[in-house]
Amino acid sequence: MRGRMITITNEELDPGLAVSQVEHPGAGAIVTFVGATRDNTAGRRVLLLEYEAYRPMADQQLQRVADEMRERWDLKGVAIHHRLGRLEIGEASLVVAVSSAHRKNAFEACHFSIDRIKQIVPIWKKEFFEGGEVWVGSQEGFDPLGVRHTAG
Amino acid sequence: MKITVRLFASYREKAGVGQIVIEAPEGATVGSLAQMAAMTLPGLPQPERIVVAVNNEYRDHDFALSDGDEAALIPPVSGGR
Repeated sequence: MRGRMITITNEELDPGLAVSQVEHPGAGAIVTFVGATRDNTAGRRVLLLEYEAYRPMADQQLQRVADEMRERWDLKGVAIHHRLGRLEIGEASLVVAVSSAHRKNAFEACHFSIDRIKQIVPIWKKEFFEGGEVWVGSQEGFDPLGVRHTAG
Repeated sequence: MKITVRLFASYREKAGVGQIVIEAPEGATVGSLAQMAAMTLPGLPQPERIVVAVNNEYRDHDFALSDGDEAALIPPVSGGR
């Protein structure tokens, strides 16, 4: 096995590496997700993107996501690689690879991981447009503790 | 007591600073810290809307702070759907 399975890095991501990390003789399925930087948001052309993390909290929360996946599903391997820094359009920003004996567990766990990462892992994305830039993320519904904060 | 407050992404850019130290009274909570931060720094949302992590763990607004804690104000994390 090469490299860390749960990692946040400024280096270019390699989906093949994540797949190789979760290969297992008992795995009948390996599901991968690759999140890529898209060239438009709501009709505006995006030129490049930048990802920023609060470390080491982001590393700990990413590990928590992997732990939750293993608690909920019977998995053979979990690899999650998140990119930081400035990315060109079309680059991979997130790679998840999950292996399991049968495909259902790997599919479900992989889907869960993407949503969960966006709930609790403190990594932020900034989109650079022609003539502007914006941090992505809505205050509405951002609730990592799972409880609405009330005043006081 | 001294609380180190860290800011990221949109909060950091609006506030114009990535880290400040707030002198908080004994008994201060995450909620009272969020109020102090929102009064001190421009561009933050209403205090009750600010998500806070203390020493790398998300905490409710009634969580009691201790001297030397690091409190991070966590903007909504990056989207995608």
